[in-house]
Amino acid sequence: MLEPELKLLYRINAQSWKDINVDVNHKVESRLKLKFLELELKLLHCLLTFTKQNVIEFDPLHINPNFSISVTVSNHMMEVCNCIEPQWPADELLMKYQYISDFFIAVAYFSIPLELIYFVKKSAVFPYRWVLVQFGAFIVLCGATHLINLWTFTTHSRTVALVMTTAKVLTAVVSCATALMLVHIIPDLLSVKTRELFLKNKAAELDREMGLIRTQEETGRHVRMLTHEIRSTLDRHTILKTTLVELGRTLALEECALWMPTRTGLELQLSYTLRQQHPVEYTVPIQLPVINQVFGTSRAVKISPNSPVARLRPVSGKYLLGEVVAVRVPLLHLSNFQINDWPELSTKRYALMVLMLPSDSARQWHVHELELVEVVADQVAVALSHAAILEESMRARDLLMEQNVALDIARREAETAIRARNDFLAVMNHEMRTPMHAIIALSSLLQETELTPEQRLMVETVLKSSSLLATLMNDVLDLSRLEDGSLQLELGTFNLHTLFREVLNLIKPIAVVKKLPITLNLAPDLPEFVVGDEKRLMQIILNIVGNAVKFSKQGSISVTALVTKSDNRAPPDFFVVPTGSHFYLRVKVKDLGAGINPQDIPKLFTKFAQTQSLATRSSGGSGLGLAISKRFVNLMEGNIWIESEGVGKGCTAIFDVKLAISNESKQSGIPKVPANPQHVNFAGLKVLVMDENGVSRMVTKGLLVHLGCEVTTVSSNEECLRVVSHEHRVVFMDVCTPGVENYQIALRIHEKFTKRHQRPLLVALTGNTDKSTKEKCMSFGLDGVLLKPVSLDNMRNVLSDLLEHRVLYEAM
Amino acid sequence: MDTLVAQLQRQFRDYTISLYHQGFLDDQFTELKKLQDECSPDFVAEVVSLFFEDCEKLIGNMARALDQTGNVDFSLVGSSVHQLKGSSSSVGAKRVKGLCVTFKECCDSQSFEGCVRCLQQVDIEYKSLKAKLQDLFNLEQQIVQAGGRIPQVDI
Repeated sequence: MLEPELKLLYRINAQSWKDINVDVNHKVESRLKLKFLELELKLLHCLLTFTKQNVIEFDPLHINPNFSISVTVSNHMMEVCNCIEPQWPADELLMKYQYISDFFIAVAYFSIPLELIYFVKKSAVFPYRWVLVQFGAFIVLCGATHLINLWTFTTHSRTVALVMTTAKVLTAVVSCATALMLVHIIPDLLSVKTRELFLKNKAAELDREMGLIRTQEETGRHVRMLTHEIRSTLDRHTILKTTLVELGRTLALEECALWMPTRTGLELQLSYTLRQQHPVEYTVPIQLPVINQVFGTSRAVKISPNSPVARLRPVSGKYLLGEVVAVRVPLLHLSNFQINDWPELSTKRYALMVLMLPSDSARQWHVHELELVEVVADQVAVALSHAAILEESMRARDLLMEQNVALDIARREAETAIRARNDFLAVMNHEMRTPMHAIIALSSLLQETELTPEQRLMVETVLKSSSLLATLMNDVLDLSRLEDGSLQLELGTFNLHTLFREVLNLIKPIAVVKKLPITLNLAPDLPEFVVGDEKRLMQIILNIVGNAVKFSKQGSISVTALVTKSDNRAPPDFFVVPTGSHFYLRVKVKDLGAGINPQDIPKLFTKFAQTQSLATRSSGGSGLGLAISKRFVNLMEGNIWIESEGVGKGCTAIFDVKLAISNESKQSGIPKVPANPQHVNFAGLKVLVMDENGVSRMVTKGLLVHLGCEVTTVSSNEECLRVVSHEHRVVFMDVCTPGVENYQIALRIHEKFTKRHQRPLLVALTGNTDKSTKEKCMSFGLDGVLLKPVSLDNMRNVLSDLLEHRVLYEAM
Repeated sequence: MDTLVAQLQRQFRDYTISLYHQGFLDDQFTELKKLQDECSPDFVAEVVSLFFEDCEKLIGNMARALDQTGNVDFSLVGSSVHQLKGSSSSVGAKRVKGLCVTFKECCDSQSFEGCVRCLQQVDIEYKSLKAKLQDLFNLEQQIVQAGGRIPQVDI
């Protein structure tokens, strides 16, 4: 702060106070200057007075209009004191500058708080408003002080001095207060700064992480795209080529190569490369340590650029070869392909993928790039496995198709053959039978005429031979029909006991002639009336017994028939299990005749085979009889076998067949399916169906319509009461819905129809038929209860019972 | 080579048997089929479509009732379930009926989550049954158009 100094404009240059000659007779340009001069002179005057010198004269200043003053100061004797040396700057520019500076300082001091307020008002966040106010006050007061200073450059009144003093005091107070408060504020502000710095650091860190994530995202995207490319094709070569191309592009590789194991598995052959169009086909042995290292782990491994698998191009003098990474790609062995276990463990074959970064680029393999490579290798393995699966399945399918075609052809051929044979047989049968018939008929006729003994013998022989031939033809036809399964049993009810007796009657004449007594034993529990193929059973028994008679020269023949139980002796591969109304009939024919060599027994049942013994030869027979019998027995779900102890010891023929026990004692056949008399009963029967559930209603109606009733349907109790009339014979009401109201309807119907014979029968359809429901129904006067859902047969039975008895509580 | 008709018939038979084995249909459906003859040739189709309409309506009702969170009218839900159970047992929709039984229990115990779950299951089930029966009917139509006869399938 500048004190209003008295700038002495004139230096009194005197050696002594003696002669002070101030000559101020010159023009004073401005009032200001005049004022200054006045002040100086006053000071001089004071000084002079102070030194107690006589002042002789001191004319008061009087100001001329033309601004000149004259002062006369007389001589004095005065000691000059060198200590007081008022300085009178001669430069009025300084004053000017000071004045202007003060003014500008004041302006600045006033404008700073304004700016502060303006900007703080604009910004939303400034926590130190009180500080601002204080600071503002402090600055304003300083400014005021400077401003007031402007007035004190010249003489000023006491008011101005007072104002100046007040301002200064206030300023002092406020500035001290501000200083004190800043002690508290500044650490806070500094800490804000610290926090700001911290946040900035954090933001930078997050930015970095974002960058990283973005890179990873990029990589991920690349992987997905790569995978999509790789998996979009099932062709091996395309897969591998695409992999290399895409990897090369994504990672900006210099070279990318795939080494596949050779057939022998001892070497790796360079199969695919990225840049070179025609890769030099050279191989490396598979047992290199670097290769083992790579194959030993599923991760991507950095290998030296100088290893044999990485040296794909001739080294062209590059200084720094790019880093190389290798990864294994599992391959599947096509021939041992198991669908169920993923061949992670079973495969030991790997291909090697080698990736090289560009040389001279100082690029390094980053972790995420390595991960990408591993992922891609896995994807390639998967894609290759799919391709392998596809190949395999295509091959299998082709094979199957071929087999199908072959089978088809074979089947058609077989069918053609069978048809041809059947046609042949049919034709031949007819063609052969006609002449045969003629021969037999005419021969027998001839037999009746008068013949000489020789002629008779000849005719008999002709007859015998022709009947033999006829039998042979029949047998052949039967057998062929039996063989291709077109023979079916003709089931009917017949008397078993009578059958045996008939057989015996047929055989008896021959047996009597040969003097072989035949006995028949029928077990007491043998059913009398059975269901089976009578004709064929007779054929079997006849055949067996006939054989027994034929091949016995002496002894007796016994025929036993019984119902067999499971613990009877039977061939080990056949178990007899009587089921239901079926039973197994066992017939044993024992003879004491020639017997059979046990070794020949298996041959007996084969077609046309004959044992060599003379005895059998002479008795003729085509050898088909037993084969046919066996076929018939098999058709009847039975078994036939022969036991013999040896030649000359007789033999026993035993067979089991399955027959059904007949219920009726009549001979007429029993229908297997009961007849349907219902339509007669129910035609036109008027019934009413009440059910809230539309679906159930429709079903019940369908049932009754199918049975021939005339059905009316209603869906509510009220409607039911409205519609029901004496014409309806039966009312079916659904009582499933919870609540007792359903049963009220029954009471109301009872009320409506007082006469019993007019009232329709009431049947409840319900979801459960336990005792309580039934009791409830009975108590409400219902005539019957049916369990939902109702089957057709149930409904039929119920209706017939109901109409007969007018009450029904057993229907389920 | 099998004729088209024989192939279709075989397909139809297999499909029908599979539906029974998987538990979609039971004997009641067989009974329904018995009721279809010359007088009512579309009986089964009509009943089945009625049943599905019923299903939709009932399921809608139940969904609305269950939507009133806070005061769910379980008795309303219960009566709808009861109706659905009756319908499904009339038609022979075995799985739907089974689900209705469970649903009824949830209603009786007033378990909201159980009811919602059951409702969802019933919805899924009836829709899948609808799709399957639609396939079956399509097969029948194809057989008829190819000039064949719809085979009788004995389960």
